[in-house]
Amino acid sequence: MTATPAEKTATPNAWDGFKGGLWRDAVDVRDFIQQNYTPYEGDAAFLAGPTIRTQAVWQRLMAMFPVENERGIHDVDVHTPSRIDAFGPGYIDPDLDLIVGLQTDAPLKRAIMPNGGWRMVESSLRDYGYEPDPQVKEIYTKLRKTHNDGTFDAYTPEIRACRSSGVITGLPDAYGRGRIIGDYRRVALYGVDRLIEAKEAERAAVGAEWPSDANIRDREELAEQVKALRELKTMAASYGYDISGPATTGHAAIQWTYFAYLAAVKEQNGAAMSLGRTSTFLDIYLQRDIERGVLTEEQAQELIDDFVIKLRIVRFLRTHDFNQGFSGDPTWVTESIGGVGEDGRPLVTRSSFRFLQTLYNLGPAPEPNLTVFWSDRLPQGFKDFASKVAIDTSAIQFESDELMRPKYGDDTAIACCVSPSATGKQMQFFGARVNVAKALLYAINGGRDEKTGELVAEGFEPITDEVLDYETVAARYDQLLDWLAKTYVHSMNVIHYMHDKYAYERIEMALHDYAPMRTMAFGAAGLSVAADSLAAIKYAKVRPVRDESGLAVDFEIEGDYPAYGNNDDRADELAVRIVHDFMEKLRKYPTYRDAVHTQSILTITSNVVYGKKTGNTPDGRRAGEPFAPGANPMNGRDEHGYIASALSVAKLPYDDAEDGISLTNTVTPDALGRTEDERIRNLSGVLDGYMASGGFHMNVNVLNKATLEDAMEHPENYPQLTIRVSGYAVNFVRLTREQQLDVINRTFHGAL
Amino acid sequence: MAFAAGAVTPAGAALYPESRPVTGTVHSWDLSTGVDGPGSRFVTFLSGCPLQCLYCQNPDTMRMRNGRRVTVDEVVAEAAKYRRFIQAAGGGATISGGEPLLQPVFAGELFHRFKHELGYHTALDTSGYLGDRATDALLRDVDLVLLDIKSWDRATYRKVTGRELEPTLDFARRLAELEKEVWVRFVLVPGLTDDPANIERVAAFAGSLGNVSRVDVLPFHKLGEAKWEALGKPFALHDTPAPTPEQVAEAKALFAAEGLTAV
Repeated sequence: MTATPAEKTATPNAWDGFKGGLWRDAVDVRDFIQQNYTPYEGDAAFLAGPTIRTQAVWQRLMAMFPVENERGIHDVDVHTPSRIDAFGPGYIDPDLDLIVGLQTDAPLKRAIMPNGGWRMVESSLRDYGYEPDPQVKEIYTKLRKTHNDGTFDAYTPEIRACRSSGVITGLPDAYGRGRIIGDYRRVALYGVDRLIEAKEAERAAVGAEWPSDANIRDREELAEQVKALRELKTMAASYGYDISGPATTGHAAIQWTYFAYLAAVKEQNGAAMSLGRTSTFLDIYLQRDIERGVLTEEQAQELIDDFVIKLRIVRFLRTHDFNQGFSGDPTWVTESIGGVGEDGRPLVTRSSFRFLQTLYNLGPAPEPNLTVFWSDRLPQGFKDFASKVAIDTSAIQFESDELMRPKYGDDTAIACCVSPSATGKQMQFFGARVNVAKALLYAINGGRDEKTGELVAEGFEPITDEVLDYETVAARYDQLLDWLAKTYVHSMNVIHYMHDKYAYERIEMALHDYAPMRTMAFGAAGLSVAADSLAAIKYAKVRPVRDESGLAVDFEIEGDYPAYGNNDDRADELAVRIVHDFMEKLRKYPTYRDAVHTQSILTITSNVVYGKKTGNTPDGRRAGEPFAPGANPMNGRDEHGYIASALSVAKLPYDDAEDGISLTNTVTPDALGRTEDERIRNLSGVLDGYMASGGFHMNVNVLNKATLEDAMEHPENYPQLTIRVSGYAVNFVRLTREQQLDVINRTFHGAL
Repeated sequence: MAFAAGAVTPAGAALYPESRPVTGTVHSWDLSTGVDGPGSRFVTFLSGCPLQCLYCQNPDTMRMRNGRRVTVDEVVAEAAKYRRFIQAAGGGATISGGEPLLQPVFAGELFHRFKHELGYHTALDTSGYLGDRATDALLRDVDLVLLDIKSWDRATYRKVTGRELEPTLDFARRLAELEKEVWVRFVLVPGLTDDPANIERVAAFAGSLGNVSRVDVLPFHKLGEAKWEALGKPFALHDTPAPTPEQVAEAKALFAAEGLTAV
């Protein structure tokens, strides 16, 4: 099945058979979906397996992965700073590709995207043994300023100190911030010309206003958006497609949507480059083709499989340092699936199933990051299939539709791991995270870093008590967190000002409404260590051990204390309080472009690096030991099974962490039941129970410890072994050894 | 492991409202899925057991003194925290051990309040050896009995448990008369309980009862061995292998041949 010439150009009959309404007169994809989608309430029996063509294409890539794993990258073009139309067409196989388009001119070949920062590009290249092109270097160090340069021009010494001590880390100040999802579906539904027309109208309206700073910035941004849309058309044309008009078939709708997404990942090396919520939108087109008798189920699945193959090979050039924190070459091509509409109809279609089916047809993989929006009101057939996929592949995550829909509506998509936003109407300024466990040590040590002894937070006195007094520590911690919040908002304002100025996301923002709602997404790591430390100070006796300079470098604990993760309010309320108080403090400081403050409790795999950078803590954790990931309780301190542990996490207030709260559970198959049917039903039940209890997100790994240990010894036998770690999935064999051990040592919830 | 201090007791319909608070000895509590009855369950492990099974996976619950004295109110308050979860997830509460019927008043009071106050589906996990201590009132508050029949061969039963089989069979017959739902549990230990003749007799008995809705054939494992070591006791089955999947399938087939659902 290859595209016919007729399919390569849009025809005027693109909207034949579609109903409604509002979406014809204004850009409104949600309305189009609501008027036209066909909910599917059945089971998975209709699904088709992979075609021979699909298998051949995937095998070709599978043969390239070992080289990539070994060398870190397969190849890179050092000469061509990437933009939407910088490269000529590239194919996996021009005769076999159904959905066409690659980031560069060859599969797995990476591009340089220096607008975020030259230093990052240069050190990435050197990390993999490539020499930068001197001419490109001259451009980006002498002639053209980058986001990274701008940010450091405006940073204060205090921010630099926080950055190097690691109390604030992962700031997107040296590379693309990411986490902005264009509404890529708009290109399929309307065609590019109509979108340019709409943007030109917005531009004219903005141009009629008095030119304040903000107004001039908007004018420039809208002009850039229009240019990006034109380049998108040029890029598609290089593959032989005219996407100026709307897509006419299911095949074309997928291709148009992919071109739009591809334009984004050609130009932005964002921390997370998520796809949005496409499956039910695309289903409308596939369903129309099936009803017209021009498409079979096998063909529909083949198109989705080929789309997903393309999403699996999105690649960015990143440094070894980045990989230490975020291992496994993640791109966070998150696709949000399922959920329930505001009118109560499930947003589940056959294509929701088809996306999940790719994990069988192509085997498990971490990308795209398939995210099921869970609700107790989902059809049982879909609940069962999603649970089955989770049990079989450990490759999908679940997030509470019932928590997100009331805040963001029923066309919400997840950026990265757990960050929701209304598609095309909202964007976020991504902000990494602070280390709230280290911050507690700063409170005890008067702002000095426990590893270096250097003063990071000025204006604090150390606590000199022989035994730590809870009230004293809590009061100092409160002041310290206030200082941290202020410094954090300050740094984020600088970063995002400069990113807008030097590395603006032209195509992603072209696929947003004008003046979208902006959030500034702060984050906290080390929550369970901080909460348990406070619990130890409150309920046991904690004596600091100080060095000759008076720095508390260790702690002696006498007696037991209740730990976070046992559904025990005494400890859990300390975690709740940290989340709530820190959010309140963040909200006190005004943000760039009046963004709404939000917060996530998420670490991804950086819990290992955070732990490495943090000294001994009052909960008994030793210096260098990994933190628990995300909002998870600390390893081994949850004594009553994963449900009790999960319900501690469910107490964290979503209103104070609207950017998401991440929980990762690893269970053995036996811990879900004795038969496959029972496990599926029980996992569906656990998800219903967790979300009913206020839980936001759950990663589910269903694995035996022995499997992971064997995979460490014989990685060649497990090329596709996928596991979930705080918010995303990775190939287990691509984790660093330390991270592999962390995963294995993490509480395995098994049945005895 | 500690129950929350100062837990507030919801007003409940106690069986013994006039007497002083009923207390019992509890080893621990846990939330489990799919292993202690249907769905996700709040499982209370009571301390003390009259049997001394060679393969016991919780040898630390054998002795009363390894437990903690708690009131029914404390346990119910802990279980109540999971009400919303269990309602949505499906499941209930299980009392296990140790041997719950070593503390029949405590267990009975717990079942009564789990069932009537919290609305939980209730399960009793027992060897049946002390079945005559379960009053009809207690059994009325139990929805499902997980009944261990460890062997049919009397000598083997004695060797495995140190006790007699007969009380368990009597209890099974009584449950059949009461039409109480039962899941029979049979631990398959190579070289000990795996004689096909032995399994056939257990299966024939279970099949004759009419109230056995399922049989769990549990493959012997050594995950509890560390607990034996911690107690300074030798683990008698150290050299016994786990059964192969084929052996497990054969055992299940013998139960299925009696019209039973074996998993």
